[in-house]
Amino acid sequence: MMGYGGHHPGQPSMAEALTAAIESLLIEKGLISSDAIDAVVEKYERDIGPLNGARVVARAWVDPEYKSRLLTDATSAIAELGIKGMQGEHMVVVENTPEVHNLVVCTLCSCYPWPVLGLPPNWYKTPAYRSRAVSDPRGLLREFGLELDENVQIRVWDSSAEIRYMVLPERPAGTEGMTEEELASLVTRDAMIGVAKVRPPKKS
Amino acid sequence: MNGVHDLGGMHGFGPVVVEPDEPIFHAEWEKRAFGLLFATMAKGMFNLDQFRHGIERMDPVHYLSSSYYEHWLGTYERCLVENGILTRGELEARVRHFLREPDAIKRLPRREDPAFKEALLQLVAEGYSTHREVSAPPKFKVGDHVVTVNIHPAGHTRLPRYARGKRGVIERWHGAFVFPDTNAHGLGESPQHCYTVRFDAEEIWGRSAGKGDTIYLDLWEPYLEAAVPQGG
Repeated sequence: MMGYGGHHPGQPSMAEALTAAIESLLIEKGLISSDAIDAVVEKYERDIGPLNGARVVARAWVDPEYKSRLLTDATSAIAELGIKGMQGEHMVVVENTPEVHNLVVCTLCSCYPWPVLGLPPNWYKTPAYRSRAVSDPRGLLREFGLELDENVQIRVWDSSAEIRYMVLPERPAGTEGMTEEELASLVTRDAMIGVAKVRPPKKS
Repeated sequence: MNGVHDLGGMHGFGPVVVEPDEPIFHAEWEKRAFGLLFATMAKGMFNLDQFRHGIERMDPVHYLSSSYYEHWLGTYERCLVENGILTRGELEARVRHFLREPDAIKRLPRREDPAFKEALLQLVAEGYSTHREVSAPPKFKVGDHVVTVNIHPAGHTRLPRYARGKRGVIERWHGAFVFPDTNAHGLGESPQHCYTVRFDAEEIWGRSAGKGDTIYLDLWEPYLEAAVPQGG
């Protein structure tokens, strides 16, 4: 839980009071509606999350033609799976290989591809991540437990305009017989940001 | 503006702290603050560039010591007052009211508007593109060598400090997009061609950069000038 200043139990924080003040004033003026805000929140809580991106990745792993479309025109290829929307209007997907590792950041604010990954985790929005992703990606990835070989080239994508980025991680070994759905279940949000690799399935 | 938001390459923020099993929202007010973005933008109360610039103009100490959604509140407050939607007085009075009467937060007035709800869901589903058709052809093509301008505007810009006056190569052309540097200031959309530009990490960070590493930024044409490829 983040700290919002020292308020006492029972007393609202400034953030709570300010949010309520803005919402109630705009409601009273008839400019916005409560049900509309409820509906938007519910969408991002229930429907829009990293499972969408995982479906895209799994499809690219099993279908070379889809992968080729994804790497040339990601927005259309992602829309083929019914995935699109706010903060995903112009998508680019970048591919990890044994020689190249991609990492996504937004140093100026916290731009993030909402339709494929949902809302960003808190760490993605912190000064710690935003400051170092561009200047010390290797050190940063080490903190995430990802030690890259010295000869792997790192490409950092700083989302400074309205293009949003997603990483296509490498398909792990030992997944040859898996279905597209099983593959999707292996793909994590962190791998699609570029701070992790997709791990092979656990041997049972 | 050379603000505290422009974090690329800064030191001293410590390790990245990951919250395990992080929820999508940490509190009820964060949900409302999030939803307000769609509601206010759909009503044209401000645009996305004004929204971002409002965050940049927060007090830097407050910016660094507050959470992401508190940044959103900071810019709502500023943009709604500056654009004449709310007055400073009514907003402050209402905040004081809720600080005194916490229970009232749980009993906010409700207003239903099915058509507005549909419009917001449409915005979620379709997004809002700032891509624009322009008649001017792009000045650069893929593979062209460019150098970023060394500018320090007091207003909004999407050219980070760490990438000013740096040499790069055009990687991709995206067409023209609304230009934040004008749109954030009510000076019109003034769409400009936008390119992904590739920089050698060494060009930006010198000897501390990883060998062969690269950084890509999406930059509008006014941020770029033609450069002659460097020999050697």
